[in-house]
Amino acid sequence: MKNIILELKVHNHSGVMSHITGLFSRRSFNLEGILCGPLDDAAFSRIYLLVNENNTLCQIKSQLEKLYDVVEITVHENYNTDVFRNIGKLFNNDSEP
Amino acid sequence: MPVNTSKEKNMKLNGAELTIHLLKNQGIKIIAGIPGGANLPLYDALSRSGIRHILARHEQGAGFIAQGMARSTGKTAVCFATSGPGATNLVTAIADARMDSIPIIAITGQIPSALIGTDAFQEIDIYGMTIPITKHNFLVKKIEDLLNVIPESFRIAEEGRPGPVLIDIPKDIQTAVIDLPDDYFLKSSCKIKTEILDLNRDEMLSAAGMINNSKKPVIIAGGGIISSNSSFLLRELTKKNSIPVALSLMGLGCFSPDNDLYLGMPGMHGKRYTNNLLHEADLIIALGIRFDDRLTGKPENFCANAEILQIDIDKSELNKIKTSHLSIQADLKTALKYILPLIEDNDRTCWKNFIQKSKNNNPSLVPDQPFSPFNIISSVSNLTDNDAIITTDVGQHQMWTAQYFKFRSPRTLLTSGGLGTMGFGLPAAIGAALANPTKQIVCFTGDGSFLMNIQELALLKELNLNVKIFLFKNNSLGLVRQQQELFFNKNYFASKFEYNPEFTKIASAFGIASFTLSNSGNITSDLKNILNNKYPAFVEIPIEQQQNVFPIVPPGKSNSEMIGDYYEKHYS
Repeated sequence: MKNIILELKVHNHSGVMSHITGLFSRRSFNLEGILCGPLDDAAFSRIYLLVNENNTLCQIKSQLEKLYDVVEITVHENYNTDVFRNIGKLFNNDSEP
Repeated sequence: MPVNTSKEKNMKLNGAELTIHLLKNQGIKIIAGIPGGANLPLYDALSRSGIRHILARHEQGAGFIAQGMARSTGKTAVCFATSGPGATNLVTAIADARMDSIPIIAITGQIPSALIGTDAFQEIDIYGMTIPITKHNFLVKKIEDLLNVIPESFRIAEEGRPGPVLIDIPKDIQTAVIDLPDDYFLKSSCKIKTEILDLNRDEMLSAAGMINNSKKPVIIAGGGIISSNSSFLLRELTKKNSIPVALSLMGLGCFSPDNDLYLGMPGMHGKRYTNNLLHEADLIIALGIRFDDRLTGKPENFCANAEILQIDIDKSELNKIKTSHLSIQADLKTALKYILPLIEDNDRTCWKNFIQKSKNNNPSLVPDQPFSPFNIISSVSNLTDNDAIITTDVGQHQMWTAQYFKFRSPRTLLTSGGLGTMGFGLPAAIGAALANPTKQIVCFTGDGSFLMNIQELALLKELNLNVKIFLFKNNSLGLVRQQQELFFNKNYFASKFEYNPEFTKIASAFGIASFTLSNSGNITSDLKNILNNKYPAFVEIPIEQQQNVFPIVPPGKSNSEMIGDYYEKHYS
């Protein structure tokens, strides 16, 4: 199945992640991976969500758009998703005893 | 009152006073709630504010009182609760508001910020708990944030598709102090600016084309018509182009049942001919409905022969259950105003005749049983004003009310449609009575539902409101009993009450005039006597336990597979 990356710009406060991940679990959408970090001015964060391409994508997008803290959404169909695959090796934990 | 340090032309307010001022600025005149440790500063400020406080006897009651005010007026209403159990008791009422798109604001006191996360006394993460059931929620971290959060909450609650907002305010924020210019509340506008979506002319032209070119169109209108206050536009549209109208449960009241074009309520407990006509239609115009499973039956077979034109303010409702041929995200009032001049005059004699024939073949007769719920509900319908507000609880009596009461104006039926919360009826009726002091308020309930918020009888007596309660007593959870009869081989389990209290005695003990209707010689005059005064009254009507809500679409089946009505008994 093809993977899609949803790029979000969100308000940067402690409840945002709950609002987003909660949406995925309660509407039984699949969420394969999350990358998140604050933007330069710290008022906003960038979140990348890795999702499967299927017929719920439209619903996911319009539900995310409704969230108060989500400022912008871009759908990327052809991004390289390796960063998500390699996330387990980022700090080479595997080599530690 | 704010502490005024007039020399600096500044005022010092604590967070609680600021909150109350900001609520007043939004036009709030009544707040329902219960005080407790974590919201006492708010109550202290409230006591000096001129806002009327309604002391509910359970926080869920407070939530539904706010809903009764909001549903009957369309304006945002506010309820208060303390932290911990106070907050969790609000949860059902908030979830209920979310499902039916009702604008309420719940303000909860929270334990002091420094203690959050320590499992302090009456600490609960109500912010986290209400994420899935609010339109949005806030945990206030700084006193200055209140200046934005309170007005913003009103905007969120009312803008677009309405819904509930929760604001959790820690006690130390309520007692923190802020300096504001003396004229702050005069300057800051209380008017909420809500955004209106632009319409796309090409889309609207295609929509008008679909309607003009259709041969057998049907409108299904829902709660969206009511919340956008556009029932008069719906009437114009149907008049111009002779389009028959079916209403979802949440839409009842937005189109007159006296109109020849009215088709009734489709779905699980709708009329057979309504469901059949939807199947016959070549165009379904879906206005402010969300294709709920109780409306559609098996969605694949719903309106299988029709194209669908859907207009809704919430983009995520478009194509959610059924894929539309054309779906438009728009405010219904704006969209209907825009489309009206594009719609051709049409008599649709052929389609109207077809509909009349179906209606004649399926006359909606009230069975001739004087003490049946059908007859009592129809009689109350005939004896009350057109603008009387009816609340229901949830169960058989709710469906009978939807089937037999004639709702002639919008916002006259307040019912828990989406969440189906038993216990909704009495507190919602109290809220409706508070917001509409000149109107008649009636609550239809059952012996299952009524016990779930019976404590609010104390409040009803305290306020002496014009609320008349009609309780149909069948000593069971009737809708459950019915499903066990029909779909679980009559294995009645946990659905019959082995013991039931004497409800009239309970109502009397709360100080409310109470009656039993069971062997009256003249029901109409008895009902008139009960309805024709301005005080609360309680009426118990014993009914047969075997009485079912018919017809019914069995769960998971298509709307064409209704059972249990005259047609099924005689023709299939």
